[in-house]
Amino acid sequence: MSDITQDDVGYVAPAENAEQDLYHPKSWITKYVFCQDAKVIAIQYASTAIAIGLVALVLSWLMRLQLGFPDSFSFIEPEDYYQFITAHGMIMVVYLLTALFLGGFGNYMIPLMVGARDMAFPYVNMVSYWVYLTAVFVLIASFFVPGGPTGAGWTLYPPQAILSGTPGSDGGIILMLVSLALFIVGFTMGGLNYVVTVLQSRTRGMTLMRMPLTIWGIFVATVLALLAFPALFVGAIMMLLDKILGTSFFMPNIVELGEHLSYGGGSPILFQHLFWFFGHPEVYIVALPAFGIVSDLIAVHSRRHIFGYRMMVWAIVIIGALSFVVWAHHMYVSGMNPYFGFFFATTTLIIAIPTALKVYNWTLTLWKGNIRLNTPMLFAIGFIVTFLNGGITGLFLGNVAIDVPLSDTMFVVAHFHMVMGVAPMLVVFGAIYHWFPLITGKMYSETLGKFHFWVTFLGAYLIYFPMHYLGFVGVPRRYFELGDTQIFTESVGQLNAFISIMTFIVGFAQIVFFYNMFRSYAAGKKSEMNPWGAASLEWQTPEMPPGHGNWGKSLPLVYRWAYDYGVPGATHDFVPQNMAPKDVPMEKKARKSTRSRKA
Amino acid sequence: MITALIIVLVAVGSVVFHLMSPWWWTEIASNWGFIDTTIIITFWVTGVVYTAILLFVGYCIWKFRYKENRKVEYEPENHKLETWLTVLTSIGVVVMLAPGLIAWKQFITVPDDATEFEILGQQWQWNYRLPGKDGKLGKSDNRNITAENPFGVDSKDPNGKDDILIEADDLHLPIGKPVKLLLRSMDVLHNFYVPQFRGKMDIVPGMVTYFWFTPTRTGNFEVLCAELCGVGHHAMRGNVIVDDQASYDKWLGEQQTFAQTMAQYENGNKLGKTAGLALKPELGNATQKVSSQ
Repeated sequence: MSDITQDDVGYVAPAENAEQDLYHPKSWITKYVFCQDAKVIAIQYASTAIAIGLVALVLSWLMRLQLGFPDSFSFIEPEDYYQFITAHGMIMVVYLLTALFLGGFGNYMIPLMVGARDMAFPYVNMVSYWVYLTAVFVLIASFFVPGGPTGAGWTLYPPQAILSGTPGSDGGIILMLVSLALFIVGFTMGGLNYVVTVLQSRTRGMTLMRMPLTIWGIFVATVLALLAFPALFVGAIMMLLDKILGTSFFMPNIVELGEHLSYGGGSPILFQHLFWFFGHPEVYIVALPAFGIVSDLIAVHSRRHIFGYRMMVWAIVIIGALSFVVWAHHMYVSGMNPYFGFFFATTTLIIAIPTALKVYNWTLTLWKGNIRLNTPMLFAIGFIVTFLNGGITGLFLGNVAIDVPLSDTMFVVAHFHMVMGVAPMLVVFGAIYHWFPLITGKMYSETLGKFHFWVTFLGAYLIYFPMHYLGFVGVPRRYFELGDTQIFTESVGQLNAFISIMTFIVGFAQIVFFYNMFRSYAAGKKSEMNPWGAASLEWQTPEMPPGHGNWGKSLPLVYRWAYDYGVPGATHDFVPQNMAPKDVPMEKKARKSTRSRKA
Repeated sequence: MITALIIVLVAVGSVVFHLMSPWWWTEIASNWGFIDTTIIITFWVTGVVYTAILLFVGYCIWKFRYKENRKVEYEPENHKLETWLTVLTSIGVVVMLAPGLIAWKQFITVPDDATEFEILGQQWQWNYRLPGKDGKLGKSDNRNITAENPFGVDSKDPNGKDDILIEADDLHLPIGKPVKLLLRSMDVLHNFYVPQFRGKMDIVPGMVTYFWFTPTRTGNFEVLCAELCGVGHHAMRGNVIVDDQASYDKWLGEQQTFAQTMAQYENGNKLGKTAGLALKPELGNATQKVSSQ
């Protein structure tokens, strides 16, 4: 333990990192539009992601209208429904969550938390955002081409994705694939930047094993993304070729509605392997930053160090590595070689061990802490509940034989929404509340924040917990309507209606969140410096919000890990990372006893 | 206090919901009861862990609620505790994984006496091909598909002559006999799913996939397509009727063989249903049917 607490750091030499040459904006445009400051880029990324996320929210309402009240909304045709679910899924996973965690939180937090003035490559960082924005516009454009956006499901499985029985199989799918390729190009620029900054630009004393878990989560997630996205890129390009040039990478011999198509010899399963080789790590690309951030929220607001820091770090690394050898658990009933099932079920359930340890350590951080139940902490607790729930249902689906009856049912929908929809979104909200004072210098309204939490958390739980049971009944996912089916009794319809009503409530409650954010930003109370009493570096900047270059004249020196809360003998309940041991105010009696302890 | 109470209520409420839920699996109609057992084992292991952790969180929130002068415990690591938790979790994982792998082994090991038959999926209907008296299916390939040969059976293969073709109609199966389903697709991915049988497998164009089961209960069971296959996906339904042997034999006797349908074609008076190949306009019809439902 001694390598991360203050004990063995006697003296830290002054900064030897060469000062970074920063681009100083000369006009409004270079300050707020084509900006190279990671903090502004972060806000741009986050705003774009949330804006497109709202489109996904509206799409989810439309699909829930259809599912909850199948006979009442004649304007929703099957084609529309399949387009809604596809766009909703793709936006949420890629354009919202990935962009928000890495482009948004990554950009804002990495330089501040590791003590850097900015990202290693500010110009590339700026280009990354503009390419991402282009990808979003291409995605939006697909709504306006003849035939509309693709309705192939977010997994875009060929052959149907590019055949005429699927909505949007002309312009829609082409723009979707182009947009994904652009997203990956943009992300790669940003991602390299995050990795290099973490490895290269940490301030003196900020060893890897002193980094806050937020940074560990974002760092490992970025590495995963850099390795996983190329598989999707390849898949997207090959499918584009199949669509546009008539190649047959994924297309076997097909008779479509009586006509022999000119394809032959390709493999639909090959695409699935490429897709999930990206798709499974993608789950952790979203989850690992959430793991990291929530660890910090829990520690700060429990006024206690994170429990088992080193195990938490290793768990992130191990989960990240294992996430590359579990992808085919999405394909147990895909028709791949059935013997893969043994391997992938085993690796999948092994991943549960480090993941469970993380859950234990979050709860053990609460143990003997001093818990402040403010809004960020409530969201963190909501995350523990929903993530645990979603993780547990993952043990059902990962266990190959159980997946047979449950795959492609609403159980799967409930599972992945709980684990990578609700849980990470709760962290996003918690993180926004937590860092709102840092980013804006203002304080948000606790009352509105708590109201937002309870409606969102309980509402989301009521949406997704019962949904699992529809899967047990056998309700398939991606069904426009259930029709007259013996086994789907009236109660199935009633539950669907209930779930739909809850989605509208939870969705509308987000207005409170936006109101709170805008109102507090415009007219909120000014926040004091470091209002939470946090020990990590981002709160120790000379100004709040931090200025261009973050650290004023000189970079901070780091003497300890980011979790020195409740240090025995210290006068205050936290010691900032950049406080030298000799400066730590100690209680008189304690000073003696700590000395004797050291001796 | 209220927060702690709500967390406890979420834990208790989830358990109560589970016990009271009217939404539960359908009565099983195949030999895959062991899969259900594995699910129950998983429910017990994970349910206990879930409830325990939520109650612990609730307790912590109440017991260690903020007080100005509370001293928190400074104990960054506790190797003994972490080791114990790792070991216990690993045991839990083994308890769940072992029956899962055993069940999977059974699922992919087809008994020798299983009768093979083919399911041919197409947008958006189910077709079946049963072996005739010789007990063997003839070779088939999508490239052979024509209006008169909708299954693409190889007309040169003698095994195929007596194959029984069922186009867009109900499938009958005899009770108590293991069947191996050979799954073939004409166009896109489909998935043959009957909730009561518990089994399920994707149907992939360009290859033949399979799974097996033994029907254990007579009755009429609905087939649902479980892999998104285009705009008519949700309307791709069918029926499997599990019969006792006598009714099954009677039904089987009434079906047409490949040779018979070909002969009818050559005679120019094709009977029976139109081949599913009736062409593009059908897409419009199918979509219409789907929307009007």
